[in-house]
Amino acid sequence: MHVCQRCVSLLLSRPLSAAGQQSTRALHQRSHLILLQHSTRQPPVHRLSQGHSRETWRHFTDHQAASPDVSNKTDLTQKEVVPLNSDVHQISSQVTLSDSQSIDLDVAVRASPLQEVSEEEAVQIQVPSALPPESSTLRPYVDKSETLSKLVQLGVNLWELEQRPNVGSMLVRLDFHADVAPRLLFLKDLGVEESKLGRLLTKNPFILTESLDNLEARVSYLKSKKFSKQSVAVMVTKAPYLLNFSVERLDNRLGFFQKQLGLSAEKTRDVVTRLPKLLCGSLEPIKENLKVCELEFGFRGNEMQHIVTTVPKVLIANKRKLTQIFDFIHNTMDVPHSLIAKFPQVLNAKFLRIRERHLFLEYLGRAQYQPSQPNYISLDRLVFLPDDVFCSEVALATLEDFERFQKTL
Amino acid sequence: MDGLFAVYKPQGVHWKHVRDSIESNLLKALNSCPPPAPQLAVQFQLLSSGENSSSSKDLALSPTMVPTLADHPLVTGPQFHKVHVGVGHRLDAFSSGVLVLGVGKGNGVVKVCYILYDYTLEGEFGKATDNFTDTGRVIEKTTYNHVTQDKLERVLAMIQGANQKALITYSQVDLRTQEAYELAVRGLLYPLGKSPPILMGLRCIHFNPPHFSLEVQCVNETQKYLRKLIHEVGLELRTCAVCSGVRRTRDGPFKVENALTRQYWTADSIIQAIAHFHKTTRRIRKSGMYRQTAGQMNSRAEVQEQIRSQTGQSEQINRDEFSSSASDTVVDRETPVTMSEGRTKPC
Repeated sequence: MHVCQRCVSLLLSRPLSAAGQQSTRALHQRSHLILLQHSTRQPPVHRLSQGHSRETWRHFTDHQAASPDVSNKTDLTQKEVVPLNSDVHQISSQVTLSDSQSIDLDVAVRASPLQEVSEEEAVQIQVPSALPPESSTLRPYVDKSETLSKLVQLGVNLWELEQRPNVGSMLVRLDFHADVAPRLLFLKDLGVEESKLGRLLTKNPFILTESLDNLEARVSYLKSKKFSKQSVAVMVTKAPYLLNFSVERLDNRLGFFQKQLGLSAEKTRDVVTRLPKLLCGSLEPIKENLKVCELEFGFRGNEMQHIVTTVPKVLIANKRKLTQIFDFIHNTMDVPHSLIAKFPQVLNAKFLRIRERHLFLEYLGRAQYQPSQPNYISLDRLVFLPDDVFCSEVALATLEDFERFQKTL
Repeated sequence: MDGLFAVYKPQGVHWKHVRDSIESNLLKALNSCPPPAPQLAVQFQLLSSGENSSSSKDLALSPTMVPTLADHPLVTGPQFHKVHVGVGHRLDAFSSGVLVLGVGKGNGVVKVCYILYDYTLEGEFGKATDNFTDTGRVIEKTTYNHVTQDKLERVLAMIQGANQKALITYSQVDLRTQEAYELAVRGLLYPLGKSPPILMGLRCIHFNPPHFSLEVQCVNETQKYLRKLIHEVGLELRTCAVCSGVRRTRDGPFKVENALTRQYWTADSIIQAIAHFHKTTRRIRKSGMYRQTAGQMNSRAEVQEQIRSQTGQSEQINRDEFSSSASDTVVDRETPVTMSEGRTKPC
């Protein structure tokens, strides 16, 4: 079907109420207009903040499209139906022109829609996609938006991101070539693997809105503190929010760890590389944990250093659970501080596991945790072996016995 | 995957955490199934025929079916968000033991009334705390040297006597009739409607002071009541006692042997357990025992049938567990036959 560009513009200029009052003459003229979803080879940048007039026009033409006139397609060689559409920029200019003119309702349509348009022109006119202006999920926008489809191909979990408030609309408004691509290239230069990019962006989509200068400044700061390129990449992968923090904040935290723990620069770097979340979160819980270890548990300075360098997770562990585990190990299992400091991994384990296994060993009479005595069982073997290996090697009993014992606790 | 199964709840864990971890394990297994194939959308793609250089080019638009990204699992999210897992009779955080959970349609049957629970209570003489457990704040300390097993048995018998009287009252039978007497002889009396916690059976399993353990069969109880019971036993013996463990060994037809321990809280084991209990679940559903409103009372015959079936199952085990205390003297009863019957056949 042949469509007139000018009639399209005139349609746009009318508000819905006037369009509803269109005379039957106009309706008859447009009866053979057919709307079809046209694949957008050059997808328009999807912006949700379009004006109301476009929306009303779309509604109107949707209404028209509901009654297609199939018989008029016969003169086409291919099975193509020319869509009714408009180019964004063209329309905006035409709207302003027609707005400036006075619209005379009697002379509603100057040009007939039967005016022929060449096929190249017909193919080039694009359909603005009939997308809802608001939606609670990103599903309707994924196919149309280049940003979103590329993100899905990278492996970003859009469903998880759209649960967070405002993140979905932020992502839809991003432009792939201007915003997303430079930052992805930056991350790739940094050494982040491509397979990890999806997870990183799922955890921290705001890296796409951080300015590139800031990102580069922070990376150069880390490198100036003698973090190797590889360790910076590993840190960014493990803690996706790392590069969103300012240089002062990173500096503050690194200084705190070095001073408080009394570690050398090399060891601080090692600890931070293994657990970069330390640089992201607030310092108050870490200070509390350190106080708890020092005062409540009674660990000395050098024991503390050893524990933190072996198991940095102790610094951000839950205080109550840590206290519960330590209480059980020290008071019920009678393990001295020195032994716990030697095997700090027990502080990281699950309390129920330690409790069940210890009680089982006690029931069997094999609960020997002093290295000087025979049949000594080291704490890490107590905790880290899987159940069947534990039963066969440490407890010298069968798995069924262990289960039966568990049911008596 | 609908039905009931039993889980062994470890001590110190809130029952909600147990329910949540089982629900998340089931969801993980469900969501790991391959997602449905994505919908295909028609796209018209422009192919320009290269060799034509004439002004009127033939524009060929060929339709192709391309899968839409809108159905990609990263965009739609997981297929299953929720599995209905319900808890039958709750266990508080201090207790451990058999916890019956229902999945899907089993939730309708999970709150079965008119059944008995078996508990094993561990107690310790010499202390009294504010919350009746050994982890609470100690209020009082006493000596317990004067306590012997004989005295303990006597106190337990007295408590059981009081409970039997309560049972008769709440079962609303007139014990002067022949039928009621026969029911009582066979141990089929049961409280109908709302009643306070009633102990149907109570005996001492171990006694080495200061520790002792009791086995209890009860109805309509709470775990706090059982801890208070230990405290009262201590008071009766002119000393004080705290409870160091409450362990539910039976919840109706679900026993400790059938309960799943923590390493088996995976979807496969749960499905197996549900299949194992399929017949039991159907029997419960048919017998209509799961009506939650206490006002609706089923006929006595149904109740007795239920109890009889349970008694039949549990009798063998009880006979085995019955060691020395069965033959102990029964002191001062009005109807000695009833009382001893009541003790030998816990129902």
